[in-house]
Amino acid sequence: MGLLALFRKQPTSANVAKERLRIIVAQERSARGSPDYLPLLRREILEVIHRYVNVDPSAVQINLGREDGREVLELSVALPQPPPARR
Amino acid sequence: MAETIVVTSGKGGVGKTTTSASLACGLARHGKRVAVIDFDIGLRNLDLIMGCERRVVYDFVNVINGDCTLKQALIKDKRLESLHVLAASQTRDKEALTEEGVRRVLEELAADGFDFIICDSPAGIEKGAHLAMYFADRAVVVVNPEVSSVRDSDRILGLLASKTQRAEQGNGGVKEHLLLTRYSPQRVASGEMMSVSDIKEILGLDVVGVVPESPDVLSASNAGVPVILNEESDAARAYGDAVARLLGESVPLRFIEEPKKGFFARMFGR
Repeated sequence: MGLLALFRKQPTSANVAKERLRIIVAQERSARGSPDYLPLLRREILEVIHRYVNVDPSAVQINLGREDGREVLELSVALPQPPPARR
Repeated sequence: MAETIVVTSGKGGVGKTTTSASLACGLARHGKRVAVIDFDIGLRNLDLIMGCERRVVYDFVNVINGDCTLKQALIKDKRLESLHVLAASQTRDKEALTEEGVRRVLEELAADGFDFIICDSPAGIEKGAHLAMYFADRAVVVVNPEVSSVRDSDRILGLLASKTQRAEQGNGGVKEHLLLTRYSPQRVASGEMMSVSDIKEILGLDVVGVVPESPDVLSASNAGVPVILNEESDAARAYGDAVARLLGESVPLRFIEEPKKGFFARMFGR
């Protein structure tokens, strides 16, 4: 650190580390309270859907959120495009 | 009444064993009866740091299995009369440590009149780490000012708040303390390292000690003499302060400011 430091404007690496940690720690803490059956639930739902439709594993999203003091289990499945109808 | 303190971190290599050894010595120096237990089954190391590796006859698992009495397995420190070490087993069987067994040993130590039981946790979040923290009254979370260590210690804080006897019984939970090691005030000043207050803010913990980066830590482990016993060392003074804080004294933090530089040093860099 010398005179040059006075003119340096970009954030220091320590600040970058702190910001990154602040975000990831907050994210991981909020996930901590959620029940641990979610991954299993997701897998089993995926298996059932798979029996009927050929979906990509990443097409099933399960989220546990909070709305107006209630817990909301949100399930979204993106179905693949149906093949064009044959004549 | 015995107080059980777990020294934990999640991440390996941050200084858990060094810290366990120094805190145990420091508490014993205050006249407390202390037992320090190595929970790292399969990777025994506390005995080396304490300098008693050639005196290990029986270990923690032997006591749990009833191969010997607790008294036979406790190694009496040669420097501090009220300090005892219980070595980890070298067995590869990770199931050797059981919750019931650990509970029995801790209860026997408490009944024997020990004031403090220091549990040196292994790295990770597996069984050894779980059992080291399960019966704790207090936790010293050892953190390096570095991203992966801070993140892992937050994971550990989550476990302390849910997977411990105190958390399950709902009687106030485990009291958590932050102990920073390998701290470099110079690098903090130049913005290359997160500061004590940065880490304190991220983890939301009170700071029980800040140990400066010091070559004395390696020399201490080379010699098998816990670094706190090296009177000349800043690291020793920092551990001494941490021990005083654990005992409830209010001691200001030291070694967190960059040493004052002269005018020329400041103008022309290092």
